[in-house]
Amino acid sequence: MKRNFGLSLLLVLCLGLLGGLGMVHAGEGVKGSAKADKLDACVAPTAFMRRNHFELIKHQRHITVHEGIRKTDHSLAGCVDCHVRKDAQGSHVPVNTPGEFCAGCHQFTGTTLDCFTCHATKPTGN
Amino acid sequence: MSQPTDQPTNKHRREFLAGAAAVTATAIAPGVFLQSVADAAPRASAVTDDVRYGMLIDTTKCADGCNDCVSACDKENGIDLLSKPEGASEELWEMQRPRWIRTVKLKNNLTGRVTSLPMMCQHCEHPPCVDVCPTGASFRRADGIVMVDRHTCIGCRYCMMACPYNARSFIHENIQTTLTAVPRGKGCVESCTFCVQRRDNGGTTTACQDACTQGAIVFGDLKDPDSAVSQAMAKYPNVQIRADLKLNTGVRYTDV
Repeated sequence: MKRNFGLSLLLVLCLGLLGGLGMVHAGEGVKGSAKADKLDACVAPTAFMRRNHFELIKHQRHITVHEGIRKTDHSLAGCVDCHVRKDAQGSHVPVNTPGEFCAGCHQFTGTTLDCFTCHATKPTGN
Repeated sequence: MSQPTDQPTNKHRREFLAGAAAVTATAIAPGVFLQSVADAAPRASAVTDDVRYGMLIDTTKCADGCNDCVSACDKENGIDLLSKPEGASEELWEMQRPRWIRTVKLKNNLTGRVTSLPMMCQHCEHPPCVDVCPTGASFRRADGIVMVDRHTCIGCRYCMMACPYNARSFIHENIQTTLTAVPRGKGCVESCTFCVQRRDNGGTTTACQDACTQGAIVFGDLKDPDSAVSQAMAKYPNVQIRADLKLNTGVRYTDV
């Protein structure tokens, strides 16, 4: 009886492990699922964007809030909309999740990011 | 006091226009919707003072206990996404929760007449909240909308003290979910923006106006003599609340 119990416990553990290996985790971005993944470059050449994206966003935030101009390529909502990835279930994964587009680099470079204490981390449709 | 009597007319007109819009939408080729294209165009040039947005609220149409405008505002601006912080008392939450529109009851002590009305940011021409702001975060946009630039707001709450209408709210806790169009975060003050996201994307109405089944709220350009709000203001007696402060509010009320 005791031996049977031990065997079944082992079996359950093994099955659990196998299941864990094969499972696609919910909440993990799927490679190539962002709109940006299908494009050659961002609103400016990639090298420029890597070094200067924050300047563009900072300029944009002023003209959007104070002048109401929303029709530009440099809005943070635009960044999120294009760079957000989807998980295996097809729902958006927040861009500030570790490993996702925004957090991935900022963590590596040790940059504290304040955008997402207020701004939406995935498109909300309005 | 003359009472607004155009309600049935407006209703028929609305129905007619809605019918016409439906016909247009079906008549045009698939995928081409002129109206929605026009509405979806985001603003490409800076706002100017050629317009001044304002609102006329007919309090005779405002039923006591009706909350439609408040809940529509909450939905439009993501206020309904907030919930009571863990451990906070119900009383404290009710006092401190953000509210862009409050329903206010006024009583004339001499006559006993009670008036219910929605009270929000009055979008003053000379806003006290802008006067007192130490960082310039509280500002008046060229088109008359009084707003908070959260990027420069330090959360001192002087503006909340200065506002005679108690129109501003403060965000006390970290926020989990926000809408793309309405960012919101801990430590900043906020208030009614006349649905600025709609203004900048070609919309012509506010959420509270759309939600009001009685048609008590008319919104539009005060500088355009032909706009619905200017016409209504010219037609019906209306007042600014606390007109003695000489703030020249953008929101006016009928029959207060």
